Amino acid sequence: MSRIIEGLLYSESHEWVKVEGDLAIIGVSDFAQAEMGDITYVDLPSEGDEVAAGEEFGALESVKASSELYCPVSGTVEAVNAELEDAPEKVNEDAYAAWIIKVRMSDPSELESLMDAAAYAKIAE
Amino acid sequence: MGTFAYFPHTEEDIRVMLERAGVSSLDGLYADVPPEFKYKGEYDLPSAMSEEEVRSWFESLVSRNTRLKVFAGAGAYDHYTPSVIPYITSRSEFLTAYTPYQCEISQGTLRYIFEWQTMICALTGLDVANASMYDGPTAAAEAMRMCVACTRKRNTVVASSALLPNVLATLRTYARYSGINLVETWSVAEAVAEGTLDLAGVIVPSINRFGIIESHLGLASLVHEMGGLMVEYCDPSALAVVKTPAEWGADIAVGDGQSLGIPLCYGGPYVGFMACRNEWMRKLPGRIVGQTRDAEGRRAFVLTLQAREQHIRREKATSNICSNESLMALWCTVYLSIMGPEGMRKLNAICYERSHYLHDALLATGKFTDPFEGRQFLKEFALKPLCDVAKLQQALLDAGFFGALSTEEGYVTFCVTERRTPEEIDALVKVVKEAAL
Amino acid sequence: MRYYDKLIFELSRPGRSGYSLSLKNRATLGTVRGGTTSEAQWWGPKDVFQGERTAAEGIWREAPLDLPEVSEPDVVRHYTNLSQMNFGVDTGFYPLGSCTMKYNPKINEEVVSLFNGLHPLQPESTVKGARAVLDFMDKALAAITGMKHFTFLPCAGAHGELTGLMLIREYHMSRGDSARTKIIVPDSAHGTNPASAAVCGLDVVVVKSRPDGLVDVEDLKPLLGPDIAGIMMTNPNTLGLFERDIKEIAALVHECGGLLYYDGANMNPLLGVVRPGDMGFDVMHLNLHKTFSTPHGGGGPGSGPVGVSERLVPFFDKPRVSGFHGNFGVIVRACAYILSLGRENIKMAGPLATLAANYIKESLKDCYKLPIESVCKHEFVFDGLLEPNGVTTLDVAKRLLDYGFHAPTIYFPLLFHQALMIEPTETESLQTLDAFIEVMRTIAKEAAEDPEILHGAPHNTPIGRPDETSAARQPVLKYSAE
Repeated sequence: MSRIIEGLLYSESHEWVKVEGDLAIIGVSDFAQAEMGDITYVDLPSEGDEVAAGEEFGALESVKASSELYCPVSGTVEAVNAELEDAPEKVNEDAYAAWIIKVRMSDPSELESLMDAAAYAKIAE
Repeated sequence: MGTFAYFPHTEEDIRVMLERAGVSSLDGLYADVPPEFKYKGEYDLPSAMSEEEVRSWFESLVSRNTRLKVFAGAGAYDHYTPSVIPYITSRSEFLTAYTPYQCEISQGTLRYIFEWQTMICALTGLDVANASMYDGPTAAAEAMRMCVACTRKRNTVVASSALLPNVLATLRTYARYSGINLVETWSVAEAVAEGTLDLAGVIVPSINRFGIIESHLGLASLVHEMGGLMVEYCDPSALAVVKTPAEWGADIAVGDGQSLGIPLCYGGPYVGFMACRNEWMRKLPGRIVGQTRDAEGRRAFVLTLQAREQHIRREKATSNICSNESLMALWCTVYLSIMGPEGMRKLNAICYERSHYLHDALLATGKFTDPFEGRQFLKEFALKPLCDVAKLQQALLDAGFFGALSTEEGYVTFCVTERRTPEEIDALVKVVKEAAL
Repeated sequence: MRYYDKLIFELSRPGRSGYSLSLKNRATLGTVRGGTTSEAQWWGPKDVFQGERTAAEGIWREAPLDLPEVSEPDVVRHYTNLSQMNFGVDTGFYPLGSCTMKYNPKINEEVVSLFNGLHPLQPESTVKGARAVLDFMDKALAAITGMKHFTFLPCAGAHGELTGLMLIREYHMSRGDSARTKIIVPDSAHGTNPASAAVCGLDVVVVKSRPDGLVDVEDLKPLLGPDIAGIMMTNPNTLGLFERDIKEIAALVHECGGLLYYDGANMNPLLGVVRPGDMGFDVMHLNLHKTFSTPHGGGGPGSGPVGVSERLVPFFDKPRVSGFHGNFGVIVRACAYILSLGRENIKMAGPLATLAANYIKESLKDCYKLPIESVCKHEFVFDGLLEPNGVTTLDVAKRLLDYGFHAPTIYFPLLFHQALMIEPTETESLQTLDAFIEVMRTIAKEAAEDPEILHGAPHNTPIGRPDETSAARQPVLKYSAE
């Protein structure tokens, strides 16, 4: 049974979002990391990149799989977690501590289409 | 049916197998094929030949080829093959293995590929190499695609017009269908400096189609300033003595391993190589072998970084390539082991000496001028003919030489490897001198 | 097989060498360029390649060349030892699905070297023998496949796919039909299909398989339209099943203006039985290293000639996808194979390969899960053990290595979670097939009684299961002296 944290928003493609003002902190859920197995690489965007809701912004890689990351919101990449470049295992260790990018949102109303923990629990089984 | 050497089935075997398969005849295995698609004719092929007949068939064909002393290059070089190489590469454990998916029983293949990667890094000076590509021109095309992938939304690649014609032709083909904007120019630095392109990268030759060793001083920093990557197309044999892609500041090096002792064999199989700086490792196409340990701590080698590849990424893969030219990579790896640093240097010295000897002797006939006087070359050079080129080429052919390749620019090129003896060079010069051209 | 731990670099000693170069007549040549190339200048520390080193624009290499310094006997012994950690078709049974690991005849190797001295740019009049091989192969492959002509430039199957898709695009572009930018690929297709399509600038549209494993014609219909360039089909497909609706599929795709691509990776079972050209395919590739017995060489060189139907003949040799004439040496081997088999035997290859696959399938379906009960062609897929007891397909594959067999293709096709894809080929005897069946049954029994031995397999190979995770996390991709 994977961990789901209250107070975060979730996408159908298993990203989580923590909202701090107009800043969205984005990672992948515990369910997603468990599905992937040992993560060997996190493909990150660059700071300053424009991202759009539903668009790919990177990928997770394991030995025998690759999974695209989809951005839950639109905006500008404000920060990327460079620590993951050398230590992708941090995503496996604690998916909610290992944020991947921070996005300055251009349209916070997009958050409304995301799920809360209870709704996400129904699809992450 | 009669028996055949490669099919081990006796009549009784077939009966037993059909019974288990639950069909009454071989035809019964194809009951799901619509009858109109069943081929009822007889293939228009010769009747089965014995081994000796097969050999004779080829020997009679080969007698229709003309054996020539090769004084030509243009991407295929007549270097000597040490006898060790075919002996090693024909070992069936190497020859008849598949791609090393089951690493526990493929450590031989995986280790030599790891050695190949190391040697390609040594030659190019770059950080990482892949397990090999189909040939030099396709490696260049993959490098062009890689430039676009590494720079994300940029789409223009500038290629030097001085690249070998077959490299440019392959680049054009790949660019045409990938939708890459390929710009060909004689002055790459100027095109880049204009700064009007959405530059993904440039591709320049280490030694160009006229045999000239090019200087790329300052090019890398200019290209990087414009946001692109620099690719250098190299002759790996020559890299033992000419400035390396890393020394010029290139991001990616590609080329054809054929010059590392692979026979001409009418154009293939050869082997492409590709190396890059660490930064671009995850965008490198093709197989890559990495070192690790097994549970007991033994050093082990595996195919790694596979998440880039087609069998996982499908349409999102960095390339559609799934094999490499593994056996030819082994060929080159054994070659470089035999030659060593000193052998590679001496080999190049011999090529340099003999090609310059021919170059000067041809100029002395008065039938050529040197359009690139003062530029350095290694084993291949271009001259401007003051005579009828067709007659020149025919006179050489009649005397058993293949040389004086025409270029699109109206020059002829010659190439001299260590296999061409001084006597052969003198004989060629004599033909040129005496022929009425 | 014996573990051997050296890399060639670790045998290196400064000053040792293995090369043999002719230095005859240097006196004559030494006079070139006003006698500047004295012995010392060639081989000494201040040789000709260092002449310009002081200049900023020096064109000569400055970095030391870090290649091994080893003797000829060192080299021979090292690579012989490496080879002994390898498993090939000559070592044992290699039931690797979709790879057609048939026996590689030795006469084919012998005739290749006859062409070694030919430069690829020699004039036609001096390479008539080589051209005759290509002409023969063009006609032979056309006869076998029902296509009109073949180009031999592609160096592998995936390269052939790419070339074939370029031809499809060329065809549409020549008609001004530039909106056709989508290609349909079944969900059971080889991974190279969508990857080749992407390289060719085409968008991939996936058509689903029905529960019986065949392309769902009803799912296909709504996908067809004026934006469809064509469809890539593998027939028989990767489940080893003949796409029996191919006539309807061909008609539908042609009707919408698209073309049909035939992925020849699975051509072997059709030898002597069905020709892709007759089924309505417009363009196809063959894997000479599969169907026509040329050795795989540890992952190449292969050859992926592309055949075209009448309507693509005007374009077929237009895409210059490789340097010269393709992998000529591989084509020569395939030519020798066709001559050896002749028209009489080549038509037996397909049925005998198919027979072997069905024999194995029927012999093991009481211990392995057969998801689709049907007569298969050259290969078939089990979805793991009937009673897994925690044993995965990976465990089964690794345990097979202990018993002296290569593993089947695993975890492909993606339609099943525990796919084991088995392709025996026509060159394996009933005794070999029985031995394999016996071992597969033993493994099923071990799974029930002692699964631990399977989780830890292989036990008898030069190395055990390696740590692939750390290999990918901290890549070590070249040797460096410690």
